[in-house]
Amino acid sequence: MPIDWFPLRLSLQVALVSTALALVAGLWIAYLLANRHFRGKDALDAAVTLPLVLPPTVLGYYLLVLIGRASPVGRVWEAVFGAPLVFSVNAAILAALLHALPLLVKSARAALESVDRNYERAARNLGASEWRVFMRVTLPLARRSILAATALAFARALGDFGVTLMVAGNIPGRTQTVAVAIYDAVESGNGAAARVMVIVISVVALGILTLANRLTPESAPRH
Amino acid sequence: MLEARLKKTFAPQPDSAGFTLDLEFTATQGVTVLFGPSGAGKTLVLDSVAGFVGPDEGRILLDGDILFDGAAGVHLAPRQRNCGYVFQNYALFPHMTLRQNLEFAAERRPRLERHRRVNEMLERFRLTEAAGRRPHEVSGGQRQRCSIARALIGAPKLLLLDEPATGLDAPLRAEFYEALRQVQSEFKTPMLLVTHDLAECFELAEDMLILHEGRIIQKGTPREILEEPANLEVARLLGAFNLIDAEIRTLDPGRNTSGVMLGEFELEGLYFPGHLKGDQVTLCVRPEQIRVAARDGKLGPNQIPADLKRIVERPHGLRLEFTSEAITGVIRATVSRAEYERYRETRQWVLHFPSEALRVV
Repeated sequence: MPIDWFPLRLSLQVALVSTALALVAGLWIAYLLANRHFRGKDALDAAVTLPLVLPPTVLGYYLLVLIGRASPVGRVWEAVFGAPLVFSVNAAILAALLHALPLLVKSARAALESVDRNYERAARNLGASEWRVFMRVTLPLARRSILAATALAFARALGDFGVTLMVAGNIPGRTQTVAVAIYDAVESGNGAAARVMVIVISVVALGILTLANRLTPESAPRH
Repeated sequence: MLEARLKKTFAPQPDSAGFTLDLEFTATQGVTVLFGPSGAGKTLVLDSVAGFVGPDEGRILLDGDILFDGAAGVHLAPRQRNCGYVFQNYALFPHMTLRQNLEFAAERRPRLERHRRVNEMLERFRLTEAAGRRPHEVSGGQRQRCSIARALIGAPKLLLLDEPATGLDAPLRAEFYEALRQVQSEFKTPMLLVTHDLAECFELAEDMLILHEGRIIQKGTPREILEEPANLEVARLLGAFNLIDAEIRTLDPGRNTSGVMLGEFELEGLYFPGHLKGDQVTLCVRPEQIRVAARDGKLGPNQIPADLKRIVERPHGLRLEFTSEAITGVIRATVSRAEYERYRETRQWVLHFPSEALRVV
């Protein structure tokens, strides 16, 4: 039986896009959590962390309520783009994002907070705006940890099963990601396909882990 | 010129006592040193001037511009203040070369001028050769010169230095003082420097502010303060005195003399204004003002018997530590090696206190 490579490609695409989104949103949230004092900071922190501890089915349920065809978000989406948001690739991206974001926010916040405050003060003192302080000083100094976190988030986004199944479904050739396809293959007795995909995913995950470990600042040159 | 009036209160926390900063000072040309022990609030003053910390009340003026005004609600951001800051560990950006560090500081200037200015500073601080290297790849001296150059590149109206020589070895320290003298002569930027090193004050300071528990307890030149500490606290903080408990026995303004009792020994000093007979006072005598000699029969005027307990080698001469029945605690006297050699076989010592050396704090 020929092996269908579509789920693997789709998973990589979904993981890539969701990681990119998570990076942008995650850095922003991490910056707020690390630098600003505002009301609801603890609530934001908790909300971002919640996906790490909730069962996937609960997350999937919330997401369905939030973006389902009957929900305001779902309706606006359908009116603008002409197709429902649920059971599409975009829903799969959202599902992956939900897993990538907490990892990124947690690690990025720790990375930003670990940058010596005096570098940031020096930059401000030298006339830099907050944006420049962040882009030119804080971010470059936290770069390695953030890249490591991004790699881990990517691996996490690659492997989501439960939430994806609930909001994006299992439509072969459209929304069937690799984790779902493996489940499908095992269920339908297609052991060969399952084995190949399991091995590929394991290798990719192992590679990412190695990369992430190399990026963690312990091995970085001393400043 | 910097004119500052600051007040800031930190409420006591479960893990720390409360703290109040409440002071007023001006810093004009040259180097003004904020001297005080750890926890006196020195860095807090610098950070308030730089804008990293907001005082509760007060006013900070730099060359007439308002940086902070509690009553009017003015609190300029650090980047608007035009104060150079040299951090304790320099805080050079580790991911940038020395040249990029300077460029970062000059980024608000037009490109051509920036380039010219960076090159000029690299040259003036002898950094041209190291310009392409990162801070961890250059010598300590180059790092400190680069941090000064970076702070000066925007032509600040004031340079703030936070214990910049702490933890440096002696040659680096000397190099650093040299660089600061260069700043004084070439840039004429007034400097406000924080230190807890008395030698450093003498090396650099034109004016000295003594800070203790958030307040300024004496102002003056280092020489003035050393010669006339305003109170016991100052004398203690400077750490350069023998502090001896005594009782005033006689006061004679006419002959300009006073008699004080150290235990059962009487010493004669100059007239101490503002005291009464019978007052318990603390005498403050610098170790280099005390003369030592071998006991030769009867005690002479202003002499007390003493036992030599310890000899400490100093770079210049020796420090002898004595105990005496006249006082509690240890008396330190600084003598030259030759002076010590003359009496080294002595069993019984006497300490001589010249009248003008006796000062009541």
